Amino acid sequence: MSEANNAPVKKMMLILSKATIENVYACFVLANGARMEGIESEIFCTFFGLEALNKKRLDHLHVATVGNPAMHIPTMLGGLPGMEAVATKMMKAEMEKLDIPPVGEFLDILKASGTKLWACKLAMDMFKLKKEDLYDDIDGVLTVGDFYARAKGEGTHVLFI
Amino acid sequence: MEKIIAGKTVEVNEEGYMLNLNEWNKEIANELAAEHEIAMNDEHWKVIDFLQDQHRNEVPLSIRKIGKSGVVDIKKFYALFPNGPLKISSKIAGITKPVSCI
Repeated sequence: MSEANNAPVKKMMLILSKATIENVYACFVLANGARMEGIESEIFCTFFGLEALNKKRLDHLHVATVGNPAMHIPTMLGGLPGMEAVATKMMKAEMEKLDIPPVGEFLDILKASGTKLWACKLAMDMFKLKKEDLYDDIDGVLTVGDFYARAKGEGTHVLFI
Repeated sequence: MEKIIAGKTVEVNEEGYMLNLNEWNKEIANELAAEHEIAMNDEHWKVIDFLQDQHRNEVPLSIRKIGKSGVVDIKKFYALFPNGPLKISSKIAGITKPVSCI
């Protein structure tokens, strides 16, 4: 039992389902951090998470200012025109100070680091996206069954973001 | 704590990272590299030089900085120092453990 409890993490299978910038970065930092520790990592982008792979959209993602109490912006104000853009600009400036790359550059780093990037087939059909619309270096388009098949093996963890 | 590496007594922390870069030499680096099954070649040394320069200038290290270093690209960096490249290369370079999450 104690031996099993000490089993190391060998692979992180991250499911990215949202495209607010804080979720995308959480996912990318976890994927990159895994590789930096010698752990395999793969990201499966589904539903709105596909935006993080959508060439036209990936460098224009926003932070959510409505319904996000941690932003410390009252919900009524968070909904005002331009509020998301301002909050996003401020957050991006702070991230640059911490040497956190923009989304497109982060994808390049993840690919070079050996993280696998997958797009969800169902979500692509739903949003009428073609492979050409997505980041050039994705590893492919998967069904959920394909994704689970890749998650086999001891020490694999699946995380929904 | 103290540790004898390549016949020399040096100060290390509990994870084996050297505390004084001035105690470091290439024999120590070779032995630390061997612990990670790495045989040092010219490309490895170039990276080690770069890391030590950054450390002396007190620049915090990140994978992004490595990619922009002009010394090595990220793919090559992972190939040179497998299984945790920044941590392992920092240990071999005799500098503190990197703390960045990127």
